[in-house]
Amino acid sequence: MPALKKCFHIKGRDFIHAGKASISVQNMLKQLNVAPSLIRRIAVCGYEGEMNAVMHGGDAVFSVEINTDRIVLEISDEGPGIADIDKAKEKGFSTAADEFREMGFGAGMGLPNMENNSDQMIIESEPGKGTVVRMFFETCETSGSQDG
Amino acid sequence: MKLFELAETLEATFICGENRENVGFDKVGASDLMSDILSALSEDGILLTGLATVQVVNTAVIAGVRAIVFVRNKKPNPGVIEMAREHEMPMLTTPYSMFVSCGRLYATGLTGLNGAR
Repeated sequence: MPALKKCFHIKGRDFIHAGKASISVQNMLKQLNVAPSLIRRIAVCGYEGEMNAVMHGGDAVFSVEINTDRIVLEISDEGPGIADIDKAKEKGFSTAADEFREMGFGAGMGLPNMENNSDQMIIESEPGKGTVVRMFFETCETSGSQDG
Repeated sequence: MKLFELAETLEATFICGENRENVGFDKVGASDLMSDILSALSEDGILLTGLATVQVVNTAVIAGVRAIVFVRNKKPNPGVIEMAREHEMPMLTTPYSMFVSCGRLYATGLTGLNGAR
């Protein structure tokens, strides 16, 4: 299967449409008969990443690349960047404002959820220069199998 | 348990998705924190929440839950209800609090999202 790539533009603080990119990817993967357990992991990572970008990152580009052996999600935002990436990945650490917590997010679970549900997660960030999060998912172990 | 039985147990009414009242499930997650639902094995379970925002519908769709139940008579705005209809996500509302709703469902033998009791 040749690589299939799709990009979505995410607008900062647009909470009405936040999640649409992840749900589109979820539907796309269902049509491609990707294993349900893998689809769920990818959708969770995408949605958490999308919410992070909308909350913290300003405008962002959300892309998915589907190859035979792996699927890559990339969320690249124009936000303030992350000063301490290791700290940001700690469970419970959050810089989210109260308004985000009232929506059920911002409790410091986003990056841990993304790391737990992807096979590999790489974050590139620098204060003032935005953040790029790439998540890799191997398809070989679960492709075509039943959900576990 | 089926959704119509859950509605009886919680004296809940359907906001949308009445046509799916025979959908079955055996586990329940209760949280106002969407990342908790996303991090748990929520597929095919029921989400109980006091949060009535668009993010609850998105979270339910992403996590693969079978229905959303709002506690304390909460009801989302029409735009959120329309979105749930588009995703064929049933939504119910119960007059009971989160604590009492969980207790009533637990008493019927349902488990948490990880199967624990």
